[in-house]
Amino acid sequence: MTSDARAVEARVAAEAAARRSYGKLVALLAAHTRDLAGAEDALSEAFASALADWPKHGCPARPEAWLLTVARRKLVDVSRKRARGEAVAAQILRLGDELDRAPDAPEIPDERLALMFACAHPALDAGIRAPLMLQVVVGLDAAAIASAFLVAPAAMGQRLVRAKQKIRRAGIPLRVPERAELAARLEAVLEAIYAAFAEGWADAAGADVARRELADEGIDLGRLVVELLPGEPEALGLLAMMLYAEARRAARRDANGEYVPLDAQDPARWDAALIDEAEALLHAASAHGAIGRYQLEAALQSAHVHRRRAGVANWAEVLALYDALLALSGSPVVALNRAVALGEVKGPEAALLALDEIGADRRLVEYQPYWAARAQLLARTGARDEARRAYSLALGLERDAAVQRFLQDRREALG
Amino acid sequence: MQYLLMIYSDEKAYAQRPPDVIKRTTEAYLAYADAIKKAGADAGSARLQPTHTATTVRVADGKTQVLNGPYADTKEQLGGYFLIDVPDLDAALSWAARCPGAQGGVIEVRPIWAM
Repeated sequence: MTSDARAVEARVAAEAAARRSYGKLVALLAAHTRDLAGAEDALSEAFASALADWPKHGCPARPEAWLLTVARRKLVDVSRKRARGEAVAAQILRLGDELDRAPDAPEIPDERLALMFACAHPALDAGIRAPLMLQVVVGLDAAAIASAFLVAPAAMGQRLVRAKQKIRRAGIPLRVPERAELAARLEAVLEAIYAAFAEGWADAAGADVARRELADEGIDLGRLVVELLPGEPEALGLLAMMLYAEARRAARRDANGEYVPLDAQDPARWDAALIDEAEALLHAASAHGAIGRYQLEAALQSAHVHRRRAGVANWAEVLALYDALLALSGSPVVALNRAVALGEVKGPEAALLALDEIGADRRLVEYQPYWAARAQLLARTGARDEARRAYSLALGLERDAAVQRFLQDRREALG
Repeated sequence: MQYLLMIYSDEKAYAQRPPDVIKRTTEAYLAYADAIKKAGADAGSARLQPTHTATTVRVADGKTQVLNGPYADTKEQLGGYFLIDVPDLDAALSWAARCPGAQGGVIEVRPIWAM
């Protein structure tokens, strides 16, 4: 093999190890120190060493174990340089011993769930939990995360640094909480995963690679939680909900790249395998008899899927699900969707009354779907001038070009 | 790790409590302090005199300024603290939630800077 070919082979092996195991390695390296930034630095140095060493000596049989050993050594060096590092260095060395004693174990221990609970700790700002998880569990860089969450890269970088500092300095543990606390803390983990997925899902055209990737990462994180906590109905519900949504991704745009609303989508373009998987997950979740927000949202997705596939209107069922969800979450977005369902069951006047009740919420005033729903309902009652004004407001709030064109067409159709 | 649990409450309202409430609160604090000791987490605690007894000192341009009153006028005032030694933030937060001062007041939890 030429040296060029060896270098390529080494890079491919290192990249594969990073994709497979980045979060696992960070979780192990930071387990005792709670120093995520230090763990990431040590790991990136280990990757650099791998790119220098592997072309010369060949790729190791267990690349993760090699990377872990080298990163651990770097961590020990760093902590020895600090005055109070001896105890920590001893802990890191013990971690090495544990691994060395089980040289035949094919898998390194998976502490990613503990890492996720630390990232979604209530002592951290809610807005930084999803970005932090994407960085330390998935390995996305700060620039990609910043662009996905529409934040300036420098600001996002700084907020991530501060969150990691807080974990280390305030002593936030990398640990799966006790049973009594688990439900409340799991909610924060699921919320962060959902936030990541929702950011990616918002980019329907898939034009923005960083954001498109986010939906996939959200699903991967959801799968990970389900794999590690298979008995949690809300984790199952969240994964089911994300898969239902993902199954419809392609159908949200027609051949010309134009926006297609749910009611006009061709069910044949939905991913049947994903829908089957989502149905099975939702079924497994409901067997626990503990209903929650994500299971209800998944059930709603399921109801929409059945309506479109069977061609049977089931709006009463949809409305009942939204009622339950609204009672549980009190979210203005849920209230909006409930009003739309109400419009299908009881007519546009009833829906507009319901919208008037929630319209004072400041969060809805800047929410495009609120104005689009209002416009559509107004058009149905024949209030065309008001409908046109509502479409204009919706248009001004939308950032996706295809959706903008859709709203324009609707407005012009009013004459 | 060591954490300082700072107890903030409205000291005016606190001073106007009826005697039976004062007695109950005192008992609750004694039991709480005892529980921290038994858990081996005690690293010191104190109750502070009200803020009207406070004096503020600063040195500017080599001149010492002494002012009557607390540094910051806040709606709720620092009334006391517990210094605890526990494994991590979760343990510290769980002690904070048990503190009698968390009922009707606020506990700020700050990690101690390890030297």
